[in-house]
Amino acid sequence: MLTIKDLKASVEEKQILNGLNFEVKPGEVHAIMGPNGSGKSTLASVLAGREEYEVTEGEVMFNGEDLLEMSPEDRARAGVFLAFQYPVEIPGVSNANFLKTAVNEVRKSKGLEALDSKQFLKIMQEKMKLVEMDKAMTQRSVNEGFSGGEKKRNEIFQMAMLEPSLAILDETDSGLDIDALRIVANGVNALRDGQRSFIVITHYQRLLDYIVPDFVHVLYKGRIVKSGTKDLALELEEKGYDWIKEEVDATLNA
Amino acid sequence: MSDDLKILEDVANSEYKWGFVSNFESDNAPKGLNEDIVRFISAKKNEPEWLLEYRLKAFRHWQTMTEPAWPNVDYPKVDFQDIIYYSAPKSKVQLDSLDDLDPEIKATFDKLGISLEEQKRLANVAVDAVIDSVSVKTTFREALLEKGIIFSSFSEAVHEHPELIKKYLGSVVPYTDNFYAALNAAVFSDGSFCYIPKGVRCPMELSTYFRINSAGTGQFERTLIIAEEGAYVSYLEGCTAPMRDENQLHAAVVEIVSHAEAQVKYSTVQNWYPGDKNGKGGIFNFVTKRGICLGYKSKISWTQVETGSAITWKYPSVILKGDNSVGEFYSVAVTNNMQQADTGTKMIHIGKNTSSTIISKGISGGRSHNSYRGLVKINKSADNARNFSQCDSLLLGDQCGAHTFPYLEVSNKSAKVEHEATTSKVGEDQIFYCNQRGISTEDAVGLIVNGYCKEVFNKLPMEFAVEAQKLLAISLEGSVG
Amino acid sequence: MSTLQETKITILNSAVFENWVNASPRVDVFATITKDAAQAFLLQGIPTTKHEEWKYTNVTRLAQTAFQVSKSNATLTTSGVTNEKVTADAILIVIENGIINKAASNIDALPQGIQIGSIHDLKDNTAIQKHFLQHADYKSEPFVALNTATFLDAVCILADANVEFNTPIHLMIVNTSNEANVYIPVRVFVAAEKNASIHVVETFSSKGNNTTAFVNAVSEVVVADNAKVNYVKLQGESENTTHINYHRVAMARDSYQHLTTLSLGGGLIRNNLNIRLGDINGTAYLNGLTLARNTQLVDHHTVVDHAMPHCYSNELYKNLIDDKAQGVFNGKIFVRKDAQKTNAFQSNKNLLLSNDATMNAKPQLEIFADDVKCSHGATTGQLDDEALFYLRARGIGEEAARALLNHAFAADVLEGIAHEGIKKNMLDFVNHKLN
Repeated sequence: MLTIKDLKASVEEKQILNGLNFEVKPGEVHAIMGPNGSGKSTLASVLAGREEYEVTEGEVMFNGEDLLEMSPEDRARAGVFLAFQYPVEIPGVSNANFLKTAVNEVRKSKGLEALDSKQFLKIMQEKMKLVEMDKAMTQRSVNEGFSGGEKKRNEIFQMAMLEPSLAILDETDSGLDIDALRIVANGVNALRDGQRSFIVITHYQRLLDYIVPDFVHVLYKGRIVKSGTKDLALELEEKGYDWIKEEVDATLNA
Repeated sequence: MSDDLKILEDVANSEYKWGFVSNFESDNAPKGLNEDIVRFISAKKNEPEWLLEYRLKAFRHWQTMTEPAWPNVDYPKVDFQDIIYYSAPKSKVQLDSLDDLDPEIKATFDKLGISLEEQKRLANVAVDAVIDSVSVKTTFREALLEKGIIFSSFSEAVHEHPELIKKYLGSVVPYTDNFYAALNAAVFSDGSFCYIPKGVRCPMELSTYFRINSAGTGQFERTLIIAEEGAYVSYLEGCTAPMRDENQLHAAVVEIVSHAEAQVKYSTVQNWYPGDKNGKGGIFNFVTKRGICLGYKSKISWTQVETGSAITWKYPSVILKGDNSVGEFYSVAVTNNMQQADTGTKMIHIGKNTSSTIISKGISGGRSHNSYRGLVKINKSADNARNFSQCDSLLLGDQCGAHTFPYLEVSNKSAKVEHEATTSKVGEDQIFYCNQRGISTEDAVGLIVNGYCKEVFNKLPMEFAVEAQKLLAISLEGSVG
Repeated sequence: MSTLQETKITILNSAVFENWVNASPRVDVFATITKDAAQAFLLQGIPTTKHEEWKYTNVTRLAQTAFQVSKSNATLTTSGVTNEKVTADAILIVIENGIINKAASNIDALPQGIQIGSIHDLKDNTAIQKHFLQHADYKSEPFVALNTATFLDAVCILADANVEFNTPIHLMIVNTSNEANVYIPVRVFVAAEKNASIHVVETFSSKGNNTTAFVNAVSEVVVADNAKVNYVKLQGESENTTHINYHRVAMARDSYQHLTTLSLGGGLIRNNLNIRLGDINGTAYLNGLTLARNTQLVDHHTVVDHAMPHCYSNELYKNLIDDKAQGVFNGKIFVRKDAQKTNAFQSNKNLLLSNDATMNAKPQLEIFADDVKCSHGATTGQLDDEALFYLRARGIGEEAARALLNHAFAADVLEGIAHEGIKKNMLDFVNHKLN
């Protein structure tokens, strides 16, 4: 589904990704962990097409297409969803209106009829249950005045509405209390259907107790330096990153 | 400039959708302005002597005045002798029903998307249509008359209700008020008149559509709305003009009188031809709109969505004379390409416990300039007066300008006046967020701008709000550069 | 100079004015500019209230008064003014009736890298050659034109590159004349070279029994790359003084300027501040406080001109208007086309303490760049009744409660004054006026 080869990317002329290789197959859940500044969020931004990030080398293929050639909206329409680390506020635009526009754009790109208000409302009500959203939230302006937890729930709700084939969760767990974390994780798990793939970027192992990954990767200095199963996450929780850093730095200096 | 925004630049500027010319014959006055023209207009309309006298006084006063130079707009000097001051569609006679309407005029309204037929079917909007200078049709008159509501063309009201016209004409905007008000008082050709008797709530929206059609003409309509004690009316105004290379002058006057506990809500969607991308042609819209809250708890509310005109000079105002009276101003002003707008409001607090609210949203794109100019004046007598103003500007390119000129004059210590203003651009992070959900940059800008204007759109009657949103989208095409 | 002081002239009468300017002993190197300014003044004349920038402030009576340059001799001595220094250690320059009084000043032993003196002595300095009279715009500001044409002396303060001088430099500007209708032009020039840092205080006061005085002050401040100028202006003249002040700051790259204007005295005060952020990454703070009583009129006109990207400006003006006094705040933020990434904020808060008081505010934004964050807010009202009640409910008498709240309202304008000694001194003035 997603193949990343030797990806190098920089922001404001500072190189962050240093030849990253990575593959995601349908239905897989990959967790990406790593110390601060290792390039986790850069990876999410590059995949979504944020323009401040310049790809200097490498390729990213998504379902046989060159993802890097696509505009952000075309990536979204092709099925790449990014749950933002910092969801953006759009005053005056209701969540429902925003989502209806988005859903119908995605449908249009697939040659499907636009949903009318009634159909849309019906689907929306179903999906709201997934993240325990109440109705009032759909009428509020996109993310405006939302608490941190509400914003993250809203991201998962949007994901449920847009039904992507690949969802990238960028530190969706940061700043959440345990209840909010459980709600968000339940939402994500409900969307795991064996076909949909996930890249879960996180700083904390505890999210992985709820969203159990197939693979865990450690990103350091813009590269994946270690991969394993969920046990690797537990090991990191216990021992921190220093042992990996030392290992890598030793190899680099050798 | 980001790639996202470049996409928008590539979007071709859509043509002005309302820029067709209708081919019905007009009955024109000769070009130019002198006392004879004033007499000609008055005679054409078979006016009583007192009204001719009023016009002549106004004309003589106008001759002593000079055009205002203080607005933050720049335009070639208007040659007032090169304008036709009276132009009526020739086939126009008293019409008894819509079926008698000239098919061309009817087609015009169809093109405007305001089919009178449909309006009639909807049965909740009464329409008075003014083409060039004369009112061509007022619908629902009879239905309204049953409640004692008078809704007619200004000319008819002069003949049928001279006592009301005599009493109120120029009572809110005297001809001495300003250059364009004086000009209008001298040469106004028609307009709408509306009278809501005591305690009556007007059961439908009243609406006037204005259209300038003939070349070389100016339009000088005059609207007078009177709400007696405890009355209520919601009044809508829409305007369009054909695309022409020359500038055309529109100098209207609107006067509103709101008596004790009466409420008048006046909504405008202004879409005069703005000129082409290079600033050629377009309407000069120099309008004086003012209402007076005469009694206890009177209320006047102005809502405007301004997307048209090459030059806009307009300050719908409220004089809050009655104690506890309320004035409101909600405005969205969009300028694109070479348009210039200097618009805002004046809230003059005289009565005790009076309050006013000003919400202004300016959006500038292209090489346009958009200025908010507003006065909040708290007189010494206005104990406990309250004002809240919020004036936001949104910039959609680096070639345009946004300006805010509020004047806050407070002479009463118990008053509370608050003003806030911000200027910002559409956030790239907002656009990216929309992109990431599959929404194109163009649609994202539309969505964000509509959200930004929501507080004002919410004040418009439903059908108007939809129209306003569409207008906004069209006006903004190609605006982000 | 003495010949000039002995010349009795009516400054504002055009024919006499022209003769006087032509005959005056000028600083030769600047004669072309001063003559040009004289012409500019004659062209512009005294503005009327029809002029948008003078809408709320009527100065036409200046044109009807036969003002004359003071011919009084200097009377102040070092010991006489020592108590009035802003801090005990301050470097003091006394400007008495428009002329530097060297005897009363202590500018003889200045540290390395700091020069302070009269334009007559410092006219060959390169910074002065380059900048003096170059920044204050006499073509469109009539009172700048008048000042430029008529100043008798100018105080120059020069800080060399890399000099960080933390001792206050105090310009004590005093009117000691006992003459009627005296005209006092004051001219100040400040230049902080690269990486320099200084603290300057201007205080204005009157000591004479003059019936009507007209003080016309112009300060030009040049802040070089990465230099820092902290400036405080205290206006505390008698109520028969008309004080017109023009303060222009030209800011270079990475420079910083902080200006606090305290308008406490005077009959009619008009301040024109013009801060130009002329290169990237400049930071400008403008604070102002007015305490106006009786029939005082205090008018603050400020322009913050963002000409280049990545600059920051922040403006806070508070006006307390009592009795029949009038306050005017006209603040303009100008963001030019190239000034992307500008952050500009302005706040104006006014309290009316009497039913005859008037406050006219006109905060303005003129924005020509799109990637900016600009905002202004203006409020006018009276003391918060709830707060007043709260204090009274805690046993504080109404008068004391009001004073406390007024004081709190005023004090935060002074918070930004970087030098603790200057701040304390200014706070004393504010307290004195409030009590």
